[in-house]
Amino acid sequence: MTTYYSEDHEWITVEGDTATVGITVHAAEQLGDIVFIELKEEGDEFESGDEIGVIESVKAASEIYAPVDGEIIEANELLESNPAALNDNPEADAWIYKIKLTDPAQLEGLMNLAGYKTFIA
Amino acid sequence: MKQAPKRTPLYDLHCALGGKMVDFAGWDMPVQYPMGIMGEHTHCRTKAALFDVSHMGQVLLHGPDAALKLEALVPAALTQLPEGKARYTFFTNDEGGIMDDLIVANAGDHLFVVVNASMRAQDIPYMAASLKGIDVTEIFDRALVAVQGPSAEAVVSAHCPQAAEMGFMETLEALIDGSLCRLSRLGYTGEDGYEISIPETDAERIARLMLGHPDCEPAGLGARDSLRLEAGLCLYGNDITPTTSPIEAGLTWAIQKRRRTEGGFPGAARIMTELADGPARKLVGIKPQGRAPARAGVEVHDMAGNTIGKITSGGFGPTVAGPVAMGYISVKHAAVRTKIQLIIRGKPQLAEVCALPFVTQNYKR
Repeated sequence: MTTYYSEDHEWITVEGDTATVGITVHAAEQLGDIVFIELKEEGDEFESGDEIGVIESVKAASEIYAPVDGEIIEANELLESNPAALNDNPEADAWIYKIKLTDPAQLEGLMNLAGYKTFIA
Repeated sequence: MKQAPKRTPLYDLHCALGGKMVDFAGWDMPVQYPMGIMGEHTHCRTKAALFDVSHMGQVLLHGPDAALKLEALVPAALTQLPEGKARYTFFTNDEGGIMDDLIVANAGDHLFVVVNASMRAQDIPYMAASLKGIDVTEIFDRALVAVQGPSAEAVVSAHCPQAAEMGFMETLEALIDGSLCRLSRLGYTGEDGYEISIPETDAERIARLMLGHPDCEPAGLGARDSLRLEAGLCLYGNDITPTTSPIEAGLTWAIQKRRRTEGGFPGAARIMTELADGPARKLVGIKPQGRAPARAGVEVHDMAGNTIGKITSGGFGPTVAGPVAMGYISVKHAAVRTKIQLIIRGKPQLAEVCALPFVTQNYKR
C-alpha cells in the first residue's frame, strides 16, 4: 500500500489496481467549514485532470480534480449526510472515492509524502 | 501594478489572533479566525462577536443645512432626523438605481456618514462636489469596530455604561477607557449591537478590552457575510447595484413618507412610478430544497424552465443550518412559497421563494 499526493491537494492510496482518493488535511484547512459535497457515481469513468466532484464550504465552491485516469467503484456515502467529516478526518474515514486505475504508470507523476510536505511548505 | 492592500489600525491584532488575511476592496482584512466561519457566525447569534470594519469610509459633513443638502442625493428624510439618531439610506442615480448604501447620523453640529469601503473613492468626491457650502471630511485616523450579538450590550456597557441606555439606531459620543468614541447602536448581522468609531491609537487597546469579556470572540468577513445574508440585509455590488431600484430591492421602508410625495432626489421619476405601479421584479428570499448552496450568479427558472431571475447573494446559513439565497425574480413568480428551479452547475435544483429575513432580527427596540 503506497500513498501519493497531487498538486491539487489530493491523496491516493494504491493497492494493486485499485485506489482510495481523498483530500489532504491541508486542503480541508484551506477550504474551511465544508457544508456540501457533490459526487460522481459508481461506474463513471474519468481522465486525469477531469472534474470528479465539487466541495462547497461556507466560503466557496471548489472542484475536485482526478489525479489519474480511472473509473469510480464507490463514492463515500458518509459525506452526503455528513460533509463536515471532511474537515474532521479527511485522510481516513472521510475518503471520497474508491477507484479502479486505468494506467498505474501515471502514479509516477505524483508526489510522495515528503515531496508534498515540501510543496505546501 | 496592483497596490499592496492597506492595513487598518487593528491589523496587528488580527495577525496576533490568527486571522486568515485576504485582500478585500484594497484592504488586508481577516476572512476568519481559528474558530472558523461557522463557529464565529454561531457565536455572534448566541453571544457576541467583534468585527473590524475600519475599511469602511467615515465622513463628517459640517456646514449649514447639511441634512437638507444631502437630501438632494438620497431619498431619506434627513431634515427630520433628530440629534442622536442614525438612518439607513442610499445614493440613487438618475436612473433610480443605487450607487451605494450608507448610514447617516445626526451628531448635533455635523452629520456622521459611513459608506462602503469599495465606494469611498466614488462617494466622498461626489459629496464634496455636490454639497455646496458643506465641508466633507474623510476621517483617516479612526478605527471602526462592530460588536454584535445578544451579549453586545453587556460587552460594551462594561466599559461604557451609557451604551446600555441607547436604543436601536441611536448614536452618541462617550468615553471608553478614557478614549472619546462614537457609539451607534446598529449593525449588519441582524443582531443587537454597536458600531464604535475609535481613535486609531486607542483601537487595539479597546478591541482587546471588549475581547476580554468571556462572551466576546473576534469574527471575520466570512461570518459577517453569512450573518447579513440570513438577516436579509443587502450587500452593495451584489443585491443592490446601479441598475436595481430601492423599490425592487425591498427598501421602500427606507424612503420616508415626505420624500415619497415630494421626490427631489436622483431617479425620483422611476422610483415614484415603481411606488405607484409596483416594480417588474423583486428581491426575494430563496430557500434551496436540497443541501447544495446556490451562489451569486445562479440562474432562476420557473417550473417550466423559463428564466425568471438570478441569485445575487447565496451560500450556507449556519443558523438556518442549510443553504439560503436572495435574488431578483419577476413579480409574477415572487410570491412566498412559489416553487422555482436553480440552475447549479448545469442541473436544475428545486427551491422555494420565501420571506426575508431567514432569521428573526433581534434589534434593541
